[in-house]
Amino acid sequence: MTQVERHTYDVVVIGAGGAGLRAAIEARQRGLRTAVVCKSLFGKAHTVMAEGGVAASMGNANSNDNWQVHFRDTMRGGKFLNNWRMAELHAKEAPDRVWELETYGALFDRTKDGRISQRNFGGHEYPRLAHVGDRTGLELIRTLQQKIVSLQQEDHKETGDYEAKIKVFAECTITELLKDGDKIAGAFGYWRESGRFILFEAPAVVLATGGIGKSFKVTSNSWEYTGDGHALALKAGATLINMEFIQFHPTGMVWPPSVKGILVTEGVRGDGGVLRNSDGKRFMFDYIPEVFKDKYADNEEEADRWYTDPDNNRRTPDLLPRDEVARAINSEVKAGRGSPHGGVFLDISSRMPAEEIRRRLPSMHHQFKELADVDITAEPMEVGPTCHYVMGGVEVDPDTAAAKVPGLFAAGEVAGGMHGSNRLGGNSLSDLLVFGRRAGTGAADYVDGLTDRPEIAQSDVDKAAAGAVLPFDPRGGGVEENPYTLHSELQQSMNDLVGIIRKAGEIRQALQKIDEIKARIPNIAVEGHRQFNPGWHLAIDLYNMILVSECVAKAALLREESRGGHTRDDHPAMNANWRNKLLVCSTDGTDVSVVEQPQLPMRQELFELFEIGELEKYYTGEELAAHPGRKA
Amino acid sequence: MTVGINAPGRARISVRNLRTDRWWLPPLLTNLGLATFVIYATVRSFMGQWYWVNDYHYLTPFYSPCISESCVPGSSHFGQWIGELPGWIPMGFLALPFLLGFRLTCYYYRKAYYRSVWQSPVACAVAEPRVKYSGETKFPLILQNLHRYFFYVAGLVAVINTYDAIVAFHSPDGGFGMGLGNVILLVNVIMLWGYTLSCHSCRHIAGGRLKHFSAHPLRYKLWTLVSKLNVRHMQLAWITLGTLVLTDLYVMLVASGAISDLRFV
Amino acid sequence: MGYKAQFRVWRGDDESGELRDYVIEVNEGEVVLDIIHRLQATQAPDLAVRWNCKAGKCGSCSAEINGKPRLLCMTRMSTFDEDELITVTPMRTFPVIRDLVTDVSYNYTKAREVQSFTPPPDLKPGEYRMQQVDVERSQEFRKCIECFLCQNTCHVIRDHEENKEAFSGPRFLMRVAELEMHPLDTADRRDTAQDEHGLGYCNITKCCTDVCPEHIKITDNALIPMKERVAGRRYDPVVWLGNKLFRRSSKKS
Ligand SMILES: Cc1cc2nc3c(=O)[nH]c(=O)nc-3n(C[C@H](O)[C@H](O)[C@H](O)COP(=O)(O)OP(=O)(O)OC[C@H]3O[C@@H](n4cnc5c(N)ncnc54)[C@H](O)[C@@H]3O)c2cc1C
Ligand code: SF4
Ligand code: SF4
Ligand code: FES
Ligand code: FES
Repeated sequence: MTQVERHTYDVVVIGAGGAGLRAAIEARQRGLRTAVVCKSLFGKAHTVMAEGGVAASMGNANSNDNWQVHFRDTMRGGKFLNNWRMAELHAKEAPDRVWELETYGALFDRTKDGRISQRNFGGHEYPRLAHVGDRTGLELIRTLQQKIVSLQQEDHKETGDYEAKIKVFAECTITELLKDGDKIAGAFGYWRESGRFILFEAPAVVLATGGIGKSFKVTSNSWEYTGDGHALALKAGATLINMEFIQFHPTGMVWPPSVKGILVTEGVRGDGGVLRNSDGKRFMFDYIPEVFKDKYADNEEEADRWYTDPDNNRRTPDLLPRDEVARAINSEVKAGRGSPHGGVFLDISSRMPAEEIRRRLPSMHHQFKELADVDITAEPMEVGPTCHYVMGGVEVDPDTAAAKVPGLFAAGEVAGGMHGSNRLGGNSLSDLLVFGRRAGTGAADYVDGLTDRPEIAQSDVDKAAAGAVLPFDPRGGGVEENPYTLHSELQQSMNDLVGIIRKAGEIRQALQKIDEIKARIPNIAVEGHRQFNPGWHLAIDLYNMILVSECVAKAALLREESRGGHTRDDHPAMNANWRNKLLVCSTDGTDVSVVEQPQLPMRQELFELFEIGELEKYYTGEELAAHPGRKA
Repeated sequence: MTVGINAPGRARISVRNLRTDRWWLPPLLTNLGLATFVIYATVRSFMGQWYWVNDYHYLTPFYSPCISESCVPGSSHFGQWIGELPGWIPMGFLALPFLLGFRLTCYYYRKAYYRSVWQSPVACAVAEPRVKYSGETKFPLILQNLHRYFFYVAGLVAVINTYDAIVAFHSPDGGFGMGLGNVILLVNVIMLWGYTLSCHSCRHIAGGRLKHFSAHPLRYKLWTLVSKLNVRHMQLAWITLGTLVLTDLYVMLVASGAISDLRFV
Repeated sequence: MGYKAQFRVWRGDDESGELRDYVIEVNEGEVVLDIIHRLQATQAPDLAVRWNCKAGKCGSCSAEINGKPRLLCMTRMSTFDEDELITVTPMRTFPVIRDLVTDVSYNYTKAREVQSFTPPPDLKPGEYRMQQVDVERSQEFRKCIECFLCQNTCHVIRDHEENKEAFSGPRFLMRVAELEMHPLDTADRRDTAQDEHGLGYCNITKCCTDVCPEHIKITDNALIPMKERVAGRRYDPVVWLGNKLFRRSSKKS
């Protein structure tokens, strides 16, 4: 029998980013004993890296804004593949969630009349992103962290124990979800620090583990993004949707090599920065897709006027949705008009005074100064696409965030559906808050409705433990493998073969590579002992990355069209017949299977929020029959 | 050693610090600078002569205000309130303790001498020599909190110094006159104002204590101004030590007849 | 470019440890964290180091390089000479766990002791109105990425383990200042700053400010103003006299 530390909770939240913390706050406020588990220190989750802002139609900057407009923008951005119910809830509830943060102590930048200031961002019709300079994610996570502290202080007053009702287990990695029959019964993991095992017995688990970017070579994501939550859900019997849709952010740093991929916030363009090629040309005017022609300016003069007079001018194409911009940059570089290090130029220095740049974009200024020795107030930045966000994730019920497995919930980047084929900037932070809270309530309702608590079988614990220590004692019998080598091979092939532009042949090659790596994984051998051993940690994360990469590649192979974060060179057009088809991944334990599943049709009154002319670009004729514009 | 940097549980590293730069240089320079000033100021304060140039009405700041009957006629701008002083009491006794107190409790000087004289710490991440430390929580260092009080008085003294500098526009025949000495006195006084107004207590009083700047636009402006000066507080602290010495030296040299004032008017 | 650099990295745990020498390749544009990662991938697979963002945003990779507290990911190799020996150790104020990883729980304990934001009880979400000029001071402090380098450098606890009990450190004194200056916070934090968080221990020697990777003016903008506020409440003779004479309560404006 394995030695494990045991804890009993009502709800275990895996992940301490925006989604996880918001879920935990909700569960605790509903009176449940809640544990928050995270791989890094408390307050370091990936959410701290978010820069630009959180989207919510508060209408502070432009009073024409409301949830309907936000909803339309979100659906448009996702090319109408979004789960419309999630997009609806998101648009409706985001303002309340942002205002709530102020009651926790957040300090957003202000408008003249003292309300929350909002900025422009790609794909959003009005200035909609509440922000704090360019460190909004930090504000968000710190605020939630401090709210947790404040709840702990309440508990301390009442019981003398800060951790009576809510406790953070930092630097603790969950490796398996455990079930009792078909229901969630708990989670198993290890302390990174000591390598010792830990078991949570809990009827409800909320996954809020973020994304999968570390499977790609050039990425804005940190080491935490190994797709753990996606893999945990799959292994527990839940399903993933939309895994073929991966957002490549158009502007990542390209030089020096060691920082390649680090994000340059879209706020640079929102505040006036423009993209140029090596000829100095603002090339985005050449890449406005047909569906966006009436929303985006086709000449520089109008585009520049838009910054000050958005009501009478069309917006600049520099702010097209991310997938469009990323593809445009890719084409410019391919056509030989790139910058010296294989990107394009992003220029803000010629567009506003140095002082203004330093004030509006302090951390970008700092980042380029410190990491690339570039002064962005004096020279342009070099930027190129970087793997940024996964639209795909756990298939959940929109209202409760419940996954297919009873007792399992998911929110944040790990959940799928909300963003369709492409996420708009700023829609993630709001997503975290809206669905983080809903996952908290969903879990609380579920636990309240249970009559008896599920039990964990000791054999399951032993199995989980044995799996975790495998790398110390490889069974494969082949040549010993180094986890770092395998990881970089995987990253390279995902990057090259299932990257921003895809082809059937290349994806098949990637799948072969994945199979090969899968076969080599049992031979991974790590040195040293279990105490804070990064080699061992990586070996464990690799299982998850492989599983998730297989989903991505298989789904990408099946979807024979180009849409949002999925571009097929061999099927370059968007195909209306694919619009309402979701690709659903599941696993039987060894192999991943992907099947098609139709999307539920949009509720009529939401459907009617769109002009028939717009819908025609995305929908098939039959689907539009019920639209009033068609009936008339 | 099992205390301080080698307390139980911490990484076992035998060296006290691993810094490879010349971290000892700034505190050394500070010590030299402070020592020079203290020696000079002490000597001059007790010297009891060459502090007043009657022809041009130059009065050194070290002797201002001069309010005893020991002061040479003319140098007492505010009258002579008490009798002769014994030689061991400096003639500037009224202001000097406050000026000393002001600078001793000044947030910048505190940093400077805590670091260089007291070596607590001598440089960042360099272990300090003493085992016990209670900071400014106990007597006597808790008195550092009186800085604001010294600031109020220092403000008064700056007014007096300003007056001294103005009445010094004087020629031997009684009319308006101006020489190099005036320029020096004036620069000194401006720098003294700069130093005094850039004080952290001043910043607090000017507006820093407010919660809502928006409700007090004037004080917000004031605070912004003081804040701008405050960034230069360290520079001003050193500059004023320099200008004080220079002013006094000049007055001494002219008063003793070693040099003669360069007259413009 | 590309050259071989001399590295000396502390390896060990809470019981013993040593500085170990490595010779390792360095390429153009790299930071110290890249080199540590290369060590992991090639020579020392079990070398423990904390990091997340590699962009100076999360404050995980704090350590000491050539004796100076710094972020590993924001220290560029080009700041060193090619033949310079580069020594990397864990932070020396906190208990070590392994190699470059320390136990920073002290900081979380202190964070929990700062009374949280206390808004006016009747103010509803969505009704908060604050002016930009009023939030700016606190916003500066909210730039903090909780790297704890300031806590690590502060001699009050670095050199005096026993003070950890009474002193919250610059990061959390700054948090008190942040709330004290928050336009909608209603709590008076001057007494607790002094009595519970040990503001008096700070002798304003500014090492916290010197090492802060976010360039927050911790001492000038948080600690000294806090000391002034405390002085205003407890030690200002004029205020004291005024209160005596006019029986004013020490109300805050
Ligand atoms: C550079 C950058 C800038 C961005 N800017 C914006 C922006 O301006 N606006 C916007 O809306 N979005 C932005 N995003 C996207 C957004 O930040 C993320 O999608 C979002 O923060 C994800 O939050 P989350 O709560 O889902 O997960 P995260 O914040 O990533 O948290 C994941 C948590 O799960 C934990 N975890 C993971 N696996 C395990 C495991 N096995 N066991 C235990 N714990 C685990 C991690 O430790 C972590 O605590 C940006 C992203 C990046 C990378
Ligand atoms: S200024 Fe104060 S808090 Fe900062 S390092 Fe020095 S003693 Fe510590
Ligand atoms: S104040 Fe600066 S040094 Fe201190 S924890 Fe925050 S960011 Fe780090
Ligand atoms: S005089 Fe230096 S702070 Fe007041
Ligand atoms: S890794 Fe995030 S600050 Fe260095």
